[in-house]
Amino acid sequence: MSQKVEPIRPQTITPLPDAGGHFGTYGGRFVAETLMEPLDELSLAYARYLKDPEFLRELDSDLRDYVGRPSPLYFAKRLTEKLGGARVFLKREDLNHTGAHKVNNTVGQALLARRMGKTRIIAETGAGQHGVATATVAARMGLECVVFMGAEDIERQAPNVFRMKLLGASVVAVESGSRTLKDALNEAMRDWVTNVDSTFYIIGTVAGPHPYPAMVRDFQAVVGRETREQCLAQTGRMPDALVACVGGGSNAIGLFHPFIADRQVAFYGVEAAGDGLETGRHAAPLCAGRPGVLHGNRTYLMEDRDGQIIETHSVSAGLDYPGVGPEHAWLKDTGRAHYVAATDTEALRAFHDLTEIEGIIPALESSHALAYTAKLAPTMGRDQTIVVNLSGRGDKDIQTVAALEGISL
Amino acid sequence: MSRIQARFAQLRHQGRKALIPFITAGDPMPSATVSLMHTLVRAGADILELGVPFSDPMADGPVIQRASERALKQGVTLQQTLDMVRQFREHDEKTPVVLMGYLNPFEIMGYGRFAETAASAGVDGALTVDLPPEESHEFVSALREHGLDPIFLVAPTSTPERVERICSAASGFVYYVSLKGVTGSNRLDVTAVEDKLKAIRNSTDLPIGVGFGIQDAETAARVAAVSDAVVVGSALVRLLETLVDEPARMEQTLAATLADMREAMDAA
Repeated sequence: MSQKVEPIRPQTITPLPDAGGHFGTYGGRFVAETLMEPLDELSLAYARYLKDPEFLRELDSDLRDYVGRPSPLYFAKRLTEKLGGARVFLKREDLNHTGAHKVNNTVGQALLARRMGKTRIIAETGAGQHGVATATVAARMGLECVVFMGAEDIERQAPNVFRMKLLGASVVAVESGSRTLKDALNEAMRDWVTNVDSTFYIIGTVAGPHPYPAMVRDFQAVVGRETREQCLAQTGRMPDALVACVGGGSNAIGLFHPFIADRQVAFYGVEAAGDGLETGRHAAPLCAGRPGVLHGNRTYLMEDRDGQIIETHSVSAGLDYPGVGPEHAWLKDTGRAHYVAATDTEALRAFHDLTEIEGIIPALESSHALAYTAKLAPTMGRDQTIVVNLSGRGDKDIQTVAALEGISL
Repeated sequence: MSRIQARFAQLRHQGRKALIPFITAGDPMPSATVSLMHTLVRAGADILELGVPFSDPMADGPVIQRASERALKQGVTLQQTLDMVRQFREHDEKTPVVLMGYLNPFEIMGYGRFAETAASAGVDGALTVDLPPEESHEFVSALREHGLDPIFLVAPTSTPERVERICSAASGFVYYVSLKGVTGSNRLDVTAVEDKLKAIRNSTDLPIGVGFGIQDAETAARVAAVSDAVVVGSALVRLLETLVDEPARMEQTLAATLADMREAMDAA
């Protein structure tokens, strides 16, 4: 264990966003006036603690001893042989405490909440991973926790709902709109605006009003920093390609961000193509949407021709979101990252493949990244390297997969 | 002088406060909206606020959320909302109409195209709830170019610096959000509103309307006593929702409720 471990801390590598939270024309702060001042306070607190050695020490120590970082970078030998091309490594965020990358961010924001004197935590959740990660840190700090979750997601993610309740959180079923993640986010915003004095809103992805996209990115960037170091140590060189699924895009930004200046490293963000992009039943705003304003930021959206947000479709609750983080919108427009999509069917095939040949059950979200990797790897040389962000474990999805295959558990 | 300015000047002259009812365009059905607008004017409205339905109304409570959902289910768009105002104007040239909504439908139509169409339809101002002054430059320019008033929110959390900034971007009137919360909440503290309004008046000569949480005639009168205008939304939209199957009673009850508020405000 002579591997040098650099201090784990948020750090901004590119100068973006600007002071108003803009990534080019994307991002910004589009909220009702009541939230503007609280968002300013949050920006100030974040900027301050980002430079506070005591805060960073506590964050490093929590990530190491509570989350279990660094997560391994695993060479998937049999998957590589099966695909017959580039060597495939998996960044094992599924091995984190609570089973996904989401906890990297909730640990950071909870520390911030405590320092800001907030006593109540709220969060929105889709697949339930962010809700669980939030309920977990709230339990550990003795903070009240309320998680908003679309009623439809509650049905398809029952194990995570029970986990949150075990952790002491209240789970509020959101019945409005399409009863999924976007509606949970609306409801969390409504709660926040009502209880803004006592409450810290832990957003789980790199979207929302400034400073959330930058702050969540900085907390998730630990994934990419470790990957960079591990890849150099294990392969002696930089990876050639990074692949991650994109819903809101937090695991993808976390992996990509520390490599932004390394132009030779290609980025592939994989959206949920659902039944197929051509059917319109998907959740792929970067591949098939257009820019607009929702949930506090300007970004690519799934919307109709009148600017109404449309229902998305994906087998994966965590990708079932009509928007995407504004930094991804910017990375797309600048050409720095490529955005592609994998269908439900492709993701399910990848889910089974990894389970069967590597003994790792991936989350359905991460299975989208694996599905695209199955296409990408054969086009690359055997001396090249792909790192896939295995953003979460699939235990939460086994009921969904069983139901799709007509098996009752 | 814009229609909104003229209306406030007239009210000031009469020593009265403005009553501003809100309904959502197309709620409970698109064919009812223009008639409801006229009903509101006859019952004592000075300015009308017409909600543009949006799929994700983050600042609204359940009552106005459901109104948006009802309208969207019937396919109501921003363009149709503008057409409703155009129809309303055929029989009412004086009552100012302000559109209230969320930015995305306006952005998708295009700010320039929206402002041009809105002005020709007879719209007088626009309030996009999720557009703070920081992000509003282009939208405000487009509105001003076509003589429309940009209406902005001021909140209990707004600092004096923010109040300055908001008031310098706004015209027509500013809209004070009476409480921390969504529309239709029930926690309004008139004393706190009065204090904040005093502070806002240090930054602007614009009339100040107060909304969010005004549920009855008594509260309307108390708020009117400390402000220039009272905005009532959820309390009216709830009536439309309850009486959706009885169109005749719906108009009648709506008119009676608003008239009660008018009377209480004028008596105060």
